Amino acid sequence: MFAYYLDLAIRSLRRNRMLTALMVIAIAVGIGASMTTLTVMHLLSGDPLPGRSDHLFYAQVDGNPEPGNYHEPLDKLDYRSAVDLWSAKRADRQAIVAQSPVRLNQPDSTKPALRLTMLSTTSDFFAMFAVPFRYGNPWTAQDDERRSRVAVISDDLNAKLFGGANSVGKTLRLRNNDVRIIGVLAPWRPSPQFYQVAGGRFAQGDTADYYTRPEDVMTPFETGLEVNDGNFQQFTCWHLPSRPGHLQNSDCAWLGLWVELGDASKVTAYRRFLDDYAQQQKILGRIVRPQNTRLRSLMQWLDYNGVVPSDVRLQTWLAFGFLSICLFNTIGLLLAKFLRRSGEFGVRRALGASRHAVFAQCLVEAGVVGLLGGFGGWLLTLFGLWMIRHQPVPFADLVHLDTSMFAVTFVLAIATSLLAGLLPAVRASRVAPGLQLKTL
Amino acid sequence: MQIKPVLAALRRHRLATLLIAMEIALACAVLCNACFLIATRWAAMNQPSGVDESSLATIQLDAYEDRDAIDLNARLLAGLRAIPGVQSVTLLNSIPFGRHRGTAGIETRHDGVGTGDSPLVELYLGGPGSFDALGLRVVQGRKLNDDDYQPFNGLMPAHASVLVTRSLAERIWPGDNPLGKLIWLDESRYEVVGVMDQLVVPDPNGRGRGKEGWSVFVPGQSSTYLASSYLIKADPKDIARVERDAREAAGKLAPDAVLDQPSSRTISDLRQDYFHQDRVMTGVLIGVVLALLLVTVLGIVGLASFWVQQRRKQIGIRRAIGATRADILGYFQTENFLIVSLGIGMGMVLAFALNLLLMHYYEVPRLPWAYLPVGALVLWSLGQLAVLGPALRASQVPPVVATRSV
Repeated sequence: MFAYYLDLAIRSLRRNRMLTALMVIAIAVGIGASMTTLTVMHLLSGDPLPGRSDHLFYAQVDGNPEPGNYHEPLDKLDYRSAVDLWSAKRADRQAIVAQSPVRLNQPDSTKPALRLTMLSTTSDFFAMFAVPFRYGNPWTAQDDERRSRVAVISDDLNAKLFGGANSVGKTLRLRNNDVRIIGVLAPWRPSPQFYQVAGGRFAQGDTADYYTRPEDVMTPFETGLEVNDGNFQQFTCWHLPSRPGHLQNSDCAWLGLWVELGDASKVTAYRRFLDDYAQQQKILGRIVRPQNTRLRSLMQWLDYNGVVPSDVRLQTWLAFGFLSICLFNTIGLLLAKFLRRSGEFGVRRALGASRHAVFAQCLVEAGVVGLLGGFGGWLLTLFGLWMIRHQPVPFADLVHLDTSMFAVTFVLAIATSLLAGLLPAVRASRVAPGLQLKTL
Repeated sequence: MQIKPVLAALRRHRLATLLIAMEIALACAVLCNACFLIATRWAAMNQPSGVDESSLATIQLDAYEDRDAIDLNARLLAGLRAIPGVQSVTLLNSIPFGRHRGTAGIETRHDGVGTGDSPLVELYLGGPGSFDALGLRVVQGRKLNDDDYQPFNGLMPAHASVLVTRSLAERIWPGDNPLGKLIWLDESRYEVVGVMDQLVVPDPNGRGRGKEGWSVFVPGQSSTYLASSYLIKADPKDIARVERDAREAAGKLAPDAVLDQPSSRTISDLRQDYFHQDRVMTGVLIGVVLALLLVTVLGIVGLASFWVQQRRKQIGIRRAIGATRADILGYFQTENFLIVSLGIGMGMVLAFALNLLLMHYYEVPRLPWAYLPVGALVLWSLGQLAVLGPALRASQVPPVVATRSV
């Protein structure tokens, strides 16, 4: 029966090409707009570490000693709190992260120096965040302790400096200090660059920068502080540092602390540890709001920071508003189309077709419109995504249509058209055969 | 034109009428809000900066050693001034629409720390001549003279005579004369000697509505922390060439530093870049509005054509018993007017609901009333335009149709 209805639908759609084209275009444009924005949303709001993110947490204590009624701790830690919490080693793994701009060149090259962003972190970072290596290995806990002059570089930088060859053992000059490359990452592009996310609540929705690439050069935490002393940026300070860029003993918040906690009991225990630490520091007079400790999971932290740029969210709303207008439009047109064929349905009914049969026939026709619209929508989505890839936004290189969103395109198109066809189909199936036959 | 028979006919087509009205209501709501968003973005993109944008450019250097900063400044200032066409080269830590290095919370009392009342402002720290180079307009008090630019140690001068913008003065001392008042930045103490008309912060979109002009101009001299950021002034005709020459010269003058390419531009280019995303978003919104109107018009055309087709016989009868072509045309136009009016009525409510949602999630201001009548007028005219074709076809139906196949 389905094949027969399909045949009928195609015949009917061919009969009035103008009306068919109008409906297909309306659905295609609506789907194209919605799927373009939805794909971007999907890429930007996804889990950067599926499977691992549940066990990763961002630890916060309120290091700001100024009195005041602050309900949330600062987004970053001061040096002392971060190092205290890190060296207590109370989690399965823990990593401090700090970012700084650095000058980099090769000791025996005449090429001009580059200015790059450097990540200074501790050895657990790589295992915690499942960072893939192409050559070499990450540094060890001993390297952290010894402040070894070693570095791990990104695949991009390796390609730029060494043409993609194995550069382990080569030397780089960071500012005026030589470091030995011990590892080269495989391409690694988390979306967002989650471990550096902070301050989203002050960003006024302008959060596209959370989607930049990971740093090109990574060094052990204390090594980085030594090598690039004077170039570190604070998140905020309650007193200006005496030497800007040197924040180890300053009144500034500037470090992030990530911990990995394997199960719920460990999470509870770590929360207690944070509270105890804050209380103890209160007694020492360093912390005034010990109640302000937080341990948010990775996804909670991204959510708290509202990482998806507000423009992207606004575009998604707009696209779905637009799709709903296209939906109403299609309902109207389908209604016109079906009711115009009341005579035909009357004959079918008179010859013995049940209401269900007429209803099914109408829905098949609507579904065919949806399928055609979905195809057009898919093309428009590809075009829309191509447009976004050519925008100067940090996430441009991430934008592509994956299989799941490809499937969603057609599902959404057919669902929309079936939804649009529902009401007109009910109307058509209620056609009174006698009345229609009389007017034929 | 009698409305009663039109209404009576519409009552027979409740579903289709409601559908079209709903479509128009949604279109009205999205149209008003989208246009309003376009207008707010447009205003943001075109906000006055207070500086002489067309004749300014900047050079930004990075990755030098702090101890070399003063030497670097001396080399760059002299070297860049030697470029033909350059009117002045001065030091300025933050650049409108460019990099910012002076974003901080200030207080009006020395012990004001932690009171929660420390507006986040941009401290434009400028070297001698930079105030004049920016072309800032002083509306109260005095300009800076050479003695105001003093050498200093640390991140910011400990004392200085400063100027604030009018909007910032109104925020900190509403209704008061700001001249002679004090501003504290941690231990630094600044006395207000003048009020600037406007000086935009480098990142106006990131500061929140109404805070785009919260700037303080602090004079100082070349120092470790007032370095590597240069403001170049030239005739607007020459600025593009001067900028190119300056970038080239900077590489030679400072082999020990790295030129920050994307930030070393003319101020007009920086402004273009800064608002790129807003321009894209405005384009998207305009596209949506146009597509929306098109879809709505097509929907009206489709349904009206169907109705004309369906009513051919009735039209023929009306024509046969004396209705003129104008009567038929008028009938369909009135019908369309009534449906669109119903849609607009619902649309106004929807528009405000949508605006409330946007206000809640996106810090959008309240939708001004004026958008509604304009939106209504647009939809009415579009409705009339859309129905014109089918209505004209209806008026062409010959009376003889009435006599056929009765």
